[in-house]
Amino acid sequence: MDTVLQLLLKGISQGCVYGLIALGFVLIYKATEMINFAQGELMMIGALIAVTFTQYLQWNYFVAVVLTVLATGFIGLLLERSLLRRMIGEPPFAVLMVTIGLGFVLRAVAGMIWGHDPQELRTPYSDVVINMGDIVLGVSNLVVIGGTIALCIALFLFFRFTRIGIAMQASSQNQLAAFYVGIPVKRIVALTWALSAGIAAIAGILFAPLTAITPNIGFSGIKAFAAAIVGGFGSLPGAIIGGLSIGIIEQFMQYHFGKGLGDTSAYILLLLMLLIRPSGLIASMQKKKV
Amino acid sequence: MRFVLKTNYGRDIDIFKHRAHAAWYIVLIGLLIIAPLFLDVFYETQLTELFIWAIAGAGLMLLVGYTGLVSLGHVAFMALGAYIHAILYSRGWPLVLSIPASAIMTGGIGVLIGVASLRMTGIYLAIATLAFAMIVEKVLAHWPALTGGHSGFRVDDPTLFGLSLDSSTAYYYTCLTVLLFVFLAVINLLRSPTGRSFIAVRDSEISAQALGVNLLRTKTLAFALSAALTGLAGALYAHRIGFLFPDAFTIMTSIMLLMLVVVGGLGSLHGVVFGAFFITIVPQIIAIVRDWLPTELVQRGGLEPLTFGAVLILFLVFEPLGFYGRWVKVRLFFSQFPLYRKKTFLRQKSYLKTERVH
Amino acid sequence: MLEAEGISVSFGGVHAIQDLSFKVEKGEIFSIMGPNGAGKTTVFNLISRFYDVDEGRIAFEGEDITKVSPHAIARKGIARTFQNVELFEHETVLKNLLIAQHIHKKTSVLTEFLFTPKVRKQEIAFRRKAEDVIDLLHLQNYRETTVDSLPFGIRKIVEIGRALCMDPKLLLLDEPSSGLNPEESEDLSFWIEDINEDLGITIVMVEHDMNLIGQVSNRVLAMADGKELTTGNPEEVRVHPDVVDAYLGT
Repeated sequence: MDTVLQLLLKGISQGCVYGLIALGFVLIYKATEMINFAQGELMMIGALIAVTFTQYLQWNYFVAVVLTVLATGFIGLLLERSLLRRMIGEPPFAVLMVTIGLGFVLRAVAGMIWGHDPQELRTPYSDVVINMGDIVLGVSNLVVIGGTIALCIALFLFFRFTRIGIAMQASSQNQLAAFYVGIPVKRIVALTWALSAGIAAIAGILFAPLTAITPNIGFSGIKAFAAAIVGGFGSLPGAIIGGLSIGIIEQFMQYHFGKGLGDTSAYILLLLMLLIRPSGLIASMQKKKV
Repeated sequence: MRFVLKTNYGRDIDIFKHRAHAAWYIVLIGLLIIAPLFLDVFYETQLTELFIWAIAGAGLMLLVGYTGLVSLGHVAFMALGAYIHAILYSRGWPLVLSIPASAIMTGGIGVLIGVASLRMTGIYLAIATLAFAMIVEKVLAHWPALTGGHSGFRVDDPTLFGLSLDSSTAYYYTCLTVLLFVFLAVINLLRSPTGRSFIAVRDSEISAQALGVNLLRTKTLAFALSAALTGLAGALYAHRIGFLFPDAFTIMTSIMLLMLVVVGGLGSLHGVVFGAFFITIVPQIIAIVRDWLPTELVQRGGLEPLTFGAVLILFLVFEPLGFYGRWVKVRLFFSQFPLYRKKTFLRQKSYLKTERVH
Repeated sequence: MLEAEGISVSFGGVHAIQDLSFKVEKGEIFSIMGPNGAGKTTVFNLISRFYDVDEGRIAFEGEDITKVSPHAIARKGIARTFQNVELFEHETVLKNLLIAQHIHKKTSVLTEFLFTPKVRKQEIAFRRKAEDVIDLLHLQNYRETTVDSLPFGIRKIVEIGRALCMDPKLLLLDEPSSGLNPEESEDLSFWIEDINEDLGITIVMVEHDMNLIGQVSNRVLAMADGKELTTGNPEEVRVHPDVVDAYLGT
C-alpha cells in the first residue's frame, strides 16, 4: 500500500511536469495549428536559466523564478518573431520540421553554454521532506502538484475573463475572421508563443529539483506530446489529465517491469492511443468539406 | 531555352527527354565507375556512404515527397534492415539471400505501419512513427540474446559467391550497383500508374478516392516500398560500419534522413542525390571548421546537430523546394535571361481557418 | 440508371437530407437545384460514398451501392467533380488526366518496376485517351502547365476532363458554372451537351445558374432543407410556387 502511494505521488508530480509541457503544445496548437516540437527544449532552457540565476549569480530564489519565466517567455517571443512568423500558412509538416530543427539547435546551444554535466537546481525546499508514517513526501513533489494546480486556475481565469485571452481563443478558431473584427492576430500569436514558453519555463523550474538537469531533459517533450495526445489535443484540462496518466503509468510500469519498459511505456501508450482511439483526437476535427 | 518536339507518345514516356540529357547521365555514371582508379580510400568510402544514404533517401522520398506521408521514424527501418541482415548473415545465409530477405522483412513491418497510417492524418502519423522508432530502439537495446544489446553485434565481412567484398573498392561497386538498380526501379515506378496513384494521394485524398484509388492499398504499398528500400540501405550500412549497436540508430539519423529529402528537394529524385551529397559532406566541413574554433567550444560538442538543425530551418524557411528547387530556378534564370522574373516562384500564403469544432 | 429511394442523413441532429427519392434515366441530363444549404452537395457525397446514408438506399444500374467502399464507386462507372475543384495541384494537366485513368490500369507493381513493354503500351494508350480529352475540351495550351498556376475557370474544365478520362457512365458535376464568367459558362453548356450526346454519358449536376439549367437539362429536382420540392422539366420547376417560395422566402 505504501509503495503504491509512493509511486502514485511520484507519478503525479512527474505527470504534472508532462502536463505542463503538454499545456504549451496545446496552447500553440490552438492558436496557430502549429505543433511546437521544441517545447521540451524550452523547458530545458528554462531550467538552465533558473540554475544560472540561482547558482551562478546567487540571486534570491523567488526573484530568479520570476525572471526565468520572463526570460524564457522573451525567448519564445523572439523565436516567433524571427522564425515561426515566416511559417504561417506553410504546410504543417514544414512547421513541424522547423520546430524539430529548432529543438536540435536549442539543445546544441545549451550544451555549448552550460556543458553536458548534470546540474542541480537548489531551492529553499530542496531537502525538506514530510514523514507520514512510512511514507516519505518530498516537498519538491508537492510543490510541483501545487504549482500546476495554481497555474491551471490562472490560465482558466485568463482565457475566460481577460480581453487578450478571449482574443487568443478567437484567433485560434479563425485567423481571418479575427483579423476582420480588429484583433491584432500577429501580436496575439506572438503572445501565445511567449505564454507557452513561459509555461515551459515554469515546468522546467518545477521539474528541475526532481532530477539532474542536462541539455537532454528536453527529450521528455516527446512524452509530454504523448500526454497531449492522450488528453485529446486541443483541450487544456485534457493536457493535464493526459500528463498525469502518462506519469503514473510510467512509474508503475517501471516499478513492475524494470526501467526498459518504464521508459517505453509512454511511447507504447502514444501508439496505442493513436491506433485505437484516433477518434479521441479527431473528435475535435471535422472531415474535410468538399 | 530548349524546346523538345515530341513526335510520339513514347518520347513523353522515356526517361531521358533528349540526347544531350541522356549523354550527361552516361558521363556521370561513367565517372562514378572509373572514380576508384584515381580516388584514395577515404573518398571512396565517403562515396560509398553517399550511395547508401541515397538508397535510404529514395525510400523516404517515395513516402514523404511522393505520397505525402511523413515519417519521423525511418531510422527504425534502417536499423531493422541492418540487424535482420547481420543476424541472418551470421547464421550462414548467403549475402544474395540475406540482403533481399532483410529488405522484404523490413517492408513487411512497413506494411503494418502503413495499415495503421490510414487511421491517422499528417502530423499524428509523423508522431506515431517517431514513437515506433523509439520502441524499436529500446527493443534492440534490451534484447541482448538476439541483438547483442548495448555491447553490440559484429557484422561478418561480406563475401559474394566466395568473392570477398571487404575491400573498400569492391564494396564501392556493390553499393553503386544496388543504387543504380534502385533508382531505375523507382524512376520506372514513378512513370507508371502506381507512382501516379501515390501522387494522387499526396495532393488530394478525396479526389484520389473519387478516381478509384484505394487509399489503404496505396498507402500501405508506399510504406512497404519505402521501408524495404530503407531496410536495404540499412543492410548495406551494416557492412559499412562493421559493428552494430543501438546508438548507431537514433532519432538523429531519422532527422538526417528527413533533412536529406527536404534539403535535397521534396518530390524529386535529383533531390535525393543532392541531399545525400549534402549530408555526407557536412560532417567533413565541420571537421575542417573545427580546427579554427576555440577548443573549449569544440570539446563541448554539439556542432553537428547545431549545423544540421540550423540548415534544416533555413531551408524550410527560405527554400522549401530544397537544392533541386534552387537548381531549377538557376537554370530558368539562365535560359530566360534577361527576362527572368523573381515573382514566377512567389509562394502563396494561406490563412488558418481551422476545421476543429471547438 | 441511378435511383435513390427515401434516403436520409443527419449530422449531429441536423437533418441534411430527409426522405429524398429521385430517379435518373439513362442518357439524360438531370439537374439538382436549390438554395444554399439545401443539401445538394450532400446528395453527391452520399452517391460518392464519402458519407453513409442513415436510411434508404441508392442503386446504380440496379445494384445497391450504399455499402460499397468509396474507391470502388469509380469502378462502377461514376465520376464526379467538386464544387471548389480538387485537382492534383502540383502536377501538370496531362499528369492529372493520366492519374484519372487509374481504374483502367492492368499492370502490377513488379512489372512497373521493370517497365515491361506491356507497361509502355498501357502508358501510350493512357496518353492517347488523355489527348482525346484535351482535344475535346480545348486544353492544348495547358497540357504541360501545373495546375496551381492555372486560372480557376480553366481548372474547372480540367476537372471535368479528368472525370471524362475515367470513361464513366454517369458524371456528377458539382456546380460546374460557379466561378466562371458568362462566356465560359456559355462554352460549358455546349460541352455538357457534347459530353451527353456524343459520349453518351448520363449527367447529374448540382447548379445555381437557371440559364444553364434551362439550356441543358431534361429534368430538374428542386430541393430545400434536405427535402424534395418538386421534380419536372425546367420551365415547370422555375415557376413552381414552392420553388419561388424557397428562393424568395415567405
